[in-house]
Amino acid sequence: MRKQFTFVAGIAALLMLVPACSSTTGTPAASSGGSAATKSGTATSLTDFGGIDALVKAAKAEGTINVVALPDDWANYGAIKKAFAVKYGITVNSILPDASSKEEIDAADKNKGTDKAPDVFDVGANVALSSTDRFAPYKVAAFDKIAAGNKESTGLWVNDYTGVMTVGYNATKFGEITSLDQLTDSKFKGQVAFNGKPAEAGAAFNGFLMVNGAYGGTFANLQPGIDYVKKLKAAGTLNLQDVTSGTIDSGTHGVVFDWTYNQASTITRLKAKGVDWKVFVPKGGEIASYYNQAVNKDAPHPAAARLWEEYLYSADAQNMWLAGAARPILFDSMKADGTLDATAAANLPSVSGTPATPTSAEASAATAFVKANWDAAVA
Amino acid sequence: MTATTTTAGRDAASASRPVSPAVVNALGTVPFFAYTATFLVLPTILVVAGAFTARGGGFTLNGFTQVLSPRTVNIFATSLWISALTALIGAVAGGVIAYALSLSPTGSLGRRIFTALMSVTAQFGGVMLAFAFIATIGINGLVTRLLTPFPALTPDPGFLSSLGGVALVYCYFQVPLMVIVFLPAVEGLRPQWREATENLGGTTWTYWTRVAGPILLPSLLGSFLLLFANAFSAFATAAALISQQSVIVPLEIESALRNENDLGMDAYAQALAFGMIVVVALVMGAYALLMKRAARWSQ
Repeated sequence: MRKQFTFVAGIAALLMLVPACSSTTGTPAASSGGSAATKSGTATSLTDFGGIDALVKAAKAEGTINVVALPDDWANYGAIKKAFAVKYGITVNSILPDASSKEEIDAADKNKGTDKAPDVFDVGANVALSSTDRFAPYKVAAFDKIAAGNKESTGLWVNDYTGVMTVGYNATKFGEITSLDQLTDSKFKGQVAFNGKPAEAGAAFNGFLMVNGAYGGTFANLQPGIDYVKKLKAAGTLNLQDVTSGTIDSGTHGVVFDWTYNQASTITRLKAKGVDWKVFVPKGGEIASYYNQAVNKDAPHPAAARLWEEYLYSADAQNMWLAGAARPILFDSMKADGTLDATAAANLPSVSGTPATPTSAEASAATAFVKANWDAAVA
Repeated sequence: MTATTTTAGRDAASASRPVSPAVVNALGTVPFFAYTATFLVLPTILVVAGAFTARGGGFTLNGFTQVLSPRTVNIFATSLWISALTALIGAVAGGVIAYALSLSPTGSLGRRIFTALMSVTAQFGGVMLAFAFIATIGINGLVTRLLTPFPALTPDPGFLSSLGGVALVYCYFQVPLMVIVFLPAVEGLRPQWREATENLGGTTWTYWTRVAGPILLPSLLGSFLLLFANAFSAFATAAALISQQSVIVPLEIESALRNENDLGMDAYAQALAFGMIVVVALVMGAYALLMKRAARWSQ
């Protein structure tokens, strides 16, 4: 009996029957005047609002913003969400912080027309490129300072920050690590992990590209990466549990392949406990990948969504990303006009060579390869 | 909510004019059917429809094509055998324990405590159970740490994330569940039957193979099927132990729904869920048949 219930509950969860349960319909923005909400929803730049003050006023009237898939320890988002809330007096409602980029879009689809839908997205390249029909074009004030290759020309999506794939490890426990070869040593038994499953999660996928590159692979030849994973598995050092701050703190994961901006929060957190968490980029495995900002075209808080974007592309928020070891898109222009936080910039890990990013065709071919080979490699 | 309002409305109406008792009685079932429709029938329909719907809308067979790929068939096979294995272990161990328990005096303190313990552990599952094992024999588990001076005895840190580890953890709730569902059946064995067998010259062997065995068989198989469905549909425990390898079907469904590298896997996820519904429906159908047969002896 129990199981039947569990099973049904499982299906219900699968379908994410959120819209069926949520009785709230209509946007709260409607309360501040229907025409204002419509206007905010179609605004493509500050000009449409008549300046930043009018935008702030409209956003404050909405009072809330729904952000999705922004964990506090990801790229310093905890501080950014808090700073935004304090600066504008707008409640930042952080929904599904651990969701994947795809689940961000699904959350928008499933909650469409309710005030639970996410207002803004922060998604990987693949999801951004294939979900443009869900985005509203919006050009932030700094739009022209961003190179053409880093944005969609009408502002449907814009690159926001990037990291470099790194190997983070507990130096207090394991000493200095300089090469991926060392990770097959038995002292790393059950300690080495990707941040997710490479066939499904962006961070893990790029972690895989890193080890692949370090062993002479290319975006078209991923066998060296699979061979390395097999080697880790055979040595018993690969850990298949999901990485969280909890598993790192408890010592379940001692070596983690992840973005610099995720390693940064681990470094800070563990320093307080007297543990030295260090990071290195393996030679040949320099991988970078931008995340992208986009506004939900059905955003329940259209003005707050646009204010959030303006805020993210301000020097304040860009420097907060930088303090979280993410390289913000306005890095170079801020360096030129002197608004860059030089101390934070100096803390970015050193990378030899230019980090590579797969094109979307290369990424989907690589995904198909990993999907076909990963499970067998770790079995 | 809807159900209660309807019932109240009809009751008010019945005060003014007579309504046949059958209708009033039927009203009592409304909450049940409303509940079943909302949480069983509707989701099933949505899963079936979703299995044929492409991400952008429109009909697709892509989901089922992927389900029939060798890789997915393999995942289904793993799911089926791990469920069967843990159900078998549960049925054998739990069956023996249930029989032993049935021999103890009814209502004795020891028996009451043991039964209570079984009821609790049978319900202990999901992430909490996984964590209990991780905290015991995981990499930094209590037992692992205590055994560190004896490398030969130290559990392999990867063990819990392997199929064997999952099977071990499943047995933690399978065995007690078997005890609970099988106990009424062994309690139904009357001492008189055994005495009659002995009076007619039968041995213990005769009793078990010709009398008790055939009587218990439907219940035993039925309980096995229940355990099988229990393991087959379990998700959270396995997800907490192994998250980066899709070894069983529910993990593959999660993986397909989450996938940010390939967005077109929704229909595949629903088709997998549909496959699970078919398996569970078959198992539950067989269970109903067996229970009908077992009921003959439980008067």
